[in-house]
Amino acid sequence: MKRYSAWQLFREGLRGGKGWGMAWRTPKPKKQYDVVIIGAGGHGLSTAYYLAKNHGITDIAVIEKGWLGGGNTGRNTTAIRSNYFYPESAQLYDLSVRLYEGLSKDLNYNVMFSQRGMMVLAHSEPEMEMAARQYNAMRLNGIDAEFLDAKEVRKRAPILNYRDDARYPIHGAVNQPRGGTGRHDAVAWGYARAADALGVDIIQNCEVTDFLMEGGRCVGVNTAFGEIRSGMVAATVAGHSSVIAGMAGFKLPIHSYALQAFVSEPYKPVLDTVVLSPAVGTYISQSDKGGLVFGGALDRVPSYGQRGNMPVQEAVIGGLLEFMPALSKVKLLRHWGGIVDVTPDSSPIIGPSGVDGLYLNCGWGTGGFKAIPAGGYLLAHRMATGQHHEISRPFDLDRFTTGRLIDESAASGIAH
Amino acid sequence: MQIFTCPFCGPRDEREFHFIAEAGKTRPDTLNQISDEDWAAYLHSHRNEKGHVREIWMHTTCGELFLLERDSVTMEVLGSTALREAGQ
Ligand SMILES: Cc1cc2nc3c(=O)[nH]c(=O)nc-3n(C[C@H](O)[C@H](O)[C@H](O)COP(=O)(O)OP(=O)(O)OC[C@H]3O[C@@H](n4cnc5c(N)ncnc54)[C@H](O)[C@@H]3O)c2cc1C
Ligand SMILES: [Zn+2]
Repeated sequence: MKRYSAWQLFREGLRGGKGWGMAWRTPKPKKQYDVVIIGAGGHGLSTAYYLAKNHGITDIAVIEKGWLGGGNTGRNTTAIRSNYFYPESAQLYDLSVRLYEGLSKDLNYNVMFSQRGMMVLAHSEPEMEMAARQYNAMRLNGIDAEFLDAKEVRKRAPILNYRDDARYPIHGAVNQPRGGTGRHDAVAWGYARAADALGVDIIQNCEVTDFLMEGGRCVGVNTAFGEIRSGMVAATVAGHSSVIAGMAGFKLPIHSYALQAFVSEPYKPVLDTVVLSPAVGTYISQSDKGGLVFGGALDRVPSYGQRGNMPVQEAVIGGLLEFMPALSKVKLLRHWGGIVDVTPDSSPIIGPSGVDGLYLNCGWGTGGFKAIPAGGYLLAHRMATGQHHEISRPFDLDRFTTGRLIDESAASGIAH
Repeated sequence: MQIFTCPFCGPRDEREFHFIAEAGKTRPDTLNQISDEDWAAYLHSHRNEKGHVREIWMHTTCGELFLLERDSVTMEVLGSTALREAGQ
């Protein structure tokens, strides 16, 4: 792999960028691999990278029906945080934040992780009590947290609605200073380039259409380019997890829904942190280009349509204007949707699928961008060693049978 | 705005409707001992199909449950059937 550096940037600047070369190869698939990974989103690519880097398994194909990073990884609003309620979740998402902290260096690719903080607003005295509970839970979980009063929130985000007649007056907030945003495409591209350099074949425009099964064991996949056999198969297909499970003859505890997001025209800097108002359900940050990036709740109609509906658009934009009325004249540039894989407890599924040889890393729903490094790291550990990492153990599919759910939807009122 | 049709009230705005569950699941007989697996499958396993789906929805305005058939990719509505008749 040709290393990127300030010196290279300077040199290529003088040469008109002619020496950069391709960031990854476009290989023809072989007939057989040690591991086949279905889906080249962040989780598929990071699974491949950590299998190669941490466990020396490099004979891997990542098979993608479209282009790499073209699923939810390239459609999300890039909030990264670990301010969860339960210890299991805090461990999982904080592993991810820690990996993100070193990721640009590790991948030799700038993923633009900007730890600008993430504030969750409280709009009443009862909400302040719940905020204190959340703050305490975070501290007990060993996660950085600050409990802010209204004056402090105002200092950090003067653009919010501080009028006396605000329908949702701001009483305070819980802040996670290490939270922030990253560059979604760069995460996919960085992992792809680093995995490719370790020998991983990334096969794009190749849909997996079926599994090869022998004696009840999954021994490979059927694809648009023909049969590919493999020792182990991992599915990292987010909103399409149930479709993949259907091919292997089982069902998952997942519903697929559209989640929408919005970006405005670029404006001068008005907000240098991520803000979420659970009361109205909208969250927002400003990208380095100046675009105001925001989103809210799921559409309520199960969908594979990859576009959103009007009622939720109205609720998200209306909610935003309640706590940031100054944005009422802002013009939207784009709006889009992605299909997310929602579990009953809003926690992911990592580990064996129940079908021999087939593994899952899915169920991340509305919040799996922040978890891309951890999801790949932990599934790679599970596949290579045959044992769960202690952090991924609680997120095994078996929790739906034992009843040990990790109900973050109820506990922390999660948003993305 | 998507329009769904309540078999009793006619075509209405999607905001008046609530998704309940996939059609065709029957609750295991809990008077007898059932396995954890069967109970978990009843509670949590979904077909979650891409394409033609059959679902139970409620029209929250009149409170009636009915069978909605639609396409989960194009969002086209293929039909609404009252459960009272269909269940007989
Ligand atoms: C609008 C929106 C906003 C979001 N905001 C945030 C946020 O702020 N923070 C956060 O942490 N998370 C957020 N998320 C969630 C996050 O984007 C996802 O959880 C995460 O990107 C999932 O990554 P993945 O690699 O599992 O899936 P994806 O990136 O969707 O990758 C799956 C890939 O599998 C491929 N695939 C599917 N079926 C097949 C097949 N049969 N054969 C071959 N390939 C196949 C798809 O083409 C796709 O490229 C958001 C999601 C959306 C939609
Ligand atoms: Zn009705």
